[in-house]
Amino acid sequence: MSLPFVLFFLLAFVAVAGALTLILAREPIHSALALILVMISLAVLYLLLGAEFIAGVQVIVYAGAIMVLFVFVIMLLNAGVEERTDFSKLATKYVGYPLAIFLIIEFAYWMARSTIGREIATGTAANTTSVSTEALSRMIFQSYLLPFEATSILILIAIIGALVLAKKGE
Amino acid sequence: MSVVPISWYLVLSAILFGLGIVAFVFKRNIITIFMAIELMLNAVNLAFVAFARAHGQLDGLVFVFFVIVVAAAEAAVGLAIVISAYQNRQTLNIERFNLLKF
Repeated sequence: MSLPFVLFFLLAFVAVAGALTLILAREPIHSALALILVMISLAVLYLLLGAEFIAGVQVIVYAGAIMVLFVFVIMLLNAGVEERTDFSKLATKYVGYPLAIFLIIEFAYWMARSTIGREIATGTAANTTSVSTEALSRMIFQSYLLPFEATSILILIAIIGALVLAKKGE
Repeated sequence: MSVVPISWYLVLSAILFGLGIVAFVFKRNIITIFMAIELMLNAVNLAFVAFARAHGQLDGLVFVFFVIVVAAAEAAVGLAIVISAYQNRQTLNIERFNLLKF
């Protein structure tokens, strides 16, 4: 077994284990740390897929900025163990688990079986050249310039919205 | 050197997305439900990167970039909503936020 396969299985295992920990942990802070683990392993998977810029952005923006925000809010609100009511226990047992197993199997089945997946599994996937960040930046600042500018306005609106929402009501 | 087939990445993405939905349905804490949404966005990003690689086109990576930007904006606004909801109700349990429920 070659190195990419070993790396893929290792990272996939870490990612799935992290996602399971997110579900099973009772404390929100444990869920947050598990999600950071998932994001880091996804960043390494992006490197494996040759997308260096996206891997860097994943670590800096997702694992860095967004998750720090989450951890900050968890600590600010002093979120402890989540409470479970009778209703939520019943719903989990009789609706949740069957639905979960069904969804995961169905998604994985169709993703693996779809014609595009089969084509790719045998054909074009073997090209290993990594995407250059220069080409990506050309794309963002030429073909996708308008959406790029729109996201800056979106972020401005988000900043103002967050300020207005978090402000203490008068 | 053999290369990992793209469909394996897609299966991993599907499993992560499914686990994200599961977390979204199971969890009672409003912050954890938010984290489940982030997990689903991450799973979709993985599928985007895998497809971009498979087709040798950069458009998928640009989409991932935009998804990350929108997720950042969404997290900022969403957590502000969580904080103001907590100030109103003094709890993070989703079942206590039933003002709009019939």
